[in-house]
Amino acid sequence: MQSTSPHFKENAKDALADDPLQAALAKLAVGFPVRRLEAAARLPEFEDLRDQARDIKTHVLENLDYYLQAYEKKVTESGGHVHWCRDAEEARNTILEICRKANAKTVTKSKSMISEEIAVNAFLEDNGIEPVETDLGEYIIQLRKEPPSHIIAPAIHLSKEQVAETFRNAHLDLAADRPLIEPRALLEEARAKLREKFLGADVGLTGANMLIAETGTNVLVTNEGNADLTNNLPRVHVVIASIEKIVPTLEDASTILRVLARSATGQDISVYTTFCTGPKRPEDLDGPEEYHVVLLDNGRSDMIGSEFHEMLRCIRCGACLNHCPIYKSVGGHAYGWVYSGPMGAVLIPNLIGMEEAQHLPNASTLCGKCESVCPMRIPLPKMLRKWRERQFKAEIGSSTARWALKSWAWLAKRPRLYRWTMSAGVAVLGQFGGRGRFKSLPLVSGWTSKRDLAAPCGDTFISQYHKGARGDQSGALMRKKVH
Amino acid sequence: MSEASKPRVGLFATCLVDLMRPVVGFAAVKLLQDAGCTVDVPQSQTCCGQPAYNSGDTADAADIAKAVIETFEGFDYVVAPSGSCAGMIKDHYPQALASEPAWQARADALAAKTFELISFLTDVMDVKSTGAAFDGTVTYHDSCSGLRELGIKEQPRRLLGAVDGLSIAEGNETETCCGFGGLFCIKYPDISEKMVDAKVNDIVATGADTVLAGDLGCLMNIAGRLQRRGLPVKARHAAEVLAGMTAAPAIGEPADNEAGGD
Repeated sequence: MQSTSPHFKENAKDALADDPLQAALAKLAVGFPVRRLEAAARLPEFEDLRDQARDIKTHVLENLDYYLQAYEKKVTESGGHVHWCRDAEEARNTILEICRKANAKTVTKSKSMISEEIAVNAFLEDNGIEPVETDLGEYIIQLRKEPPSHIIAPAIHLSKEQVAETFRNAHLDLAADRPLIEPRALLEEARAKLREKFLGADVGLTGANMLIAETGTNVLVTNEGNADLTNNLPRVHVVIASIEKIVPTLEDASTILRVLARSATGQDISVYTTFCTGPKRPEDLDGPEEYHVVLLDNGRSDMIGSEFHEMLRCIRCGACLNHCPIYKSVGGHAYGWVYSGPMGAVLIPNLIGMEEAQHLPNASTLCGKCESVCPMRIPLPKMLRKWRERQFKAEIGSSTARWALKSWAWLAKRPRLYRWTMSAGVAVLGQFGGRGRFKSLPLVSGWTSKRDLAAPCGDTFISQYHKGARGDQSGALMRKKVH
Repeated sequence: MSEASKPRVGLFATCLVDLMRPVVGFAAVKLLQDAGCTVDVPQSQTCCGQPAYNSGDTADAADIAKAVIETFEGFDYVVAPSGSCAGMIKDHYPQALASEPAWQARADALAAKTFELISFLTDVMDVKSTGAAFDGTVTYHDSCSGLRELGIKEQPRRLLGAVDGLSIAEGNETETCCGFGGLFCIKYPDISEKMVDAKVNDIVATGADTVLAGDLGCLMNIAGRLQRRGLPVKARHAAEVLAGMTAAPAIGEPADNEAGGD
């Protein structure tokens, strides 16, 4: 996927002016976070489970080679195939080859951010194969030719009116004047359309919430059941997953499942949780004849042992997005690539390069809300700071800001000069800040373009204090003297 | 308590209080003295280094951290009227100095005795009431660092609840970032505006006439937006109210406004 991350500022500005988007984000702000809080309150051991889930992934990442090999062995034993892919191109070609061998005309798809990451839809189309997204949200954005704006709620940026319009433009065989006001009607229409696709598909391509080393199983959670129809009906099931999705045992998978939906949507568990192990066995009534796993690295192994190692614990629940005040202001598309929010701001520079995504780690107040809700306790603010450190070292970003920062630090390291400069500075500003505040001030126009700036109150606190001033004569009175 | 047995507190005034709002520094001194501490305000203090640290300038951040350690490590406690600056010393100095074990040990020792002002009063000095009076309804904004790095939530509400004449009206979004974020508000003013507007709307919805917080950064952002939008809610540091120092104008209010007496 082509990124627009370098244009984050412009993207954000557009997003802030986009009324339907803002209305959708306002709904998000009161939906998922409240439900997460309620779900956590219903489960006394929720915090303990978070620790356990974190520990499972920490252990896996320390022994990733072992678990990946154990997983491959089990998949092979169950009659499946594992394809190791270094990058997006290898993964796309591998998937195409499987589709060609299956003589596939249509590929149904479910549940995969990775397939967005490798832009497989466009690639399949270019090669004469029709990919069909079967998650309702994914289906909508596929019709609109848009990328997802949220990792678990891909069409969260749209209103139901926009969805109705999309369906009218896409489903031209249906009566133009059909009522499409209720979400139910939209759902029924998508379901009817998708039913034909489910039945006609030659290959089902799904992602995986987890891969279980003990059994060679992939785990899929959905609320619509579309993953089950995608992996069961076609003759071939292809799972695409990145290498860090592995967990050791079924028991571990169930621990992570207990924090996943609660963190994401505030559900105790998703409506459908499906475990797939290999192709259909002789005694099975249903299931695919072939089972392939495309295991993608695409930069992850470089993160092992790096400052961003802990990011690989991410289980893609979206809690950090749902709670991020920046995400809730601008939505997912502003981030400019597949992922968004705090997890995206850490992950995207790892996957597409720090220069390309230089805004993302900076566009955060480091408020820490993301870390406080992350089920895997990923220290997201710390890692955003790590990107800033790398950028500072590489001299990426505004030179004016760097100069200002360096000057401030230079002064802060020289207390006498600092005291003198600040006293002089606040005295001057105090003179001009006669009405208590500034409406505009050069050099800090970023501030004064949106808010007034309080004027300093005469001399600095430390000077006043050491001259013997005391509280009841402070601040205001000193400033009056200046005037 | 004899002078010798009183805890010796070094007040880290923070650069924003020092430069922009001295009354908070005086309020902090009074609150600490009333709680039974002896207070010193070292003149060699400047800034905690957070602008450098959060901008990725780790070398300068480490140098500034060392200077703060040298200035304050002789005290029994270091207290700052800011969750953000106290959090910087407590949480981030040991990390900023992780590559120098001797300095990291000194950073750990300083971290252990560093506190945000209001939580120090309640949690260390066991202050139940500051004896102040304030006639009005206030709402409290939980600054992100204080709340999430230091666990400050109930302490300011407890002390403010003991202020005579004061009532607290809670907002729905007291824990949501106000959009200040240090340089964030200057680098991304459009997003910051959206965030501070949400914050201001939540404050106005409480019906309170004053918004209080424990961090001057958030307060200057919130006050600046309230004033830009012409809204009458006043902004003050919680320490001003707790110390009974509300004769001075609120943040960004004119000094010579005859009608502006609080």
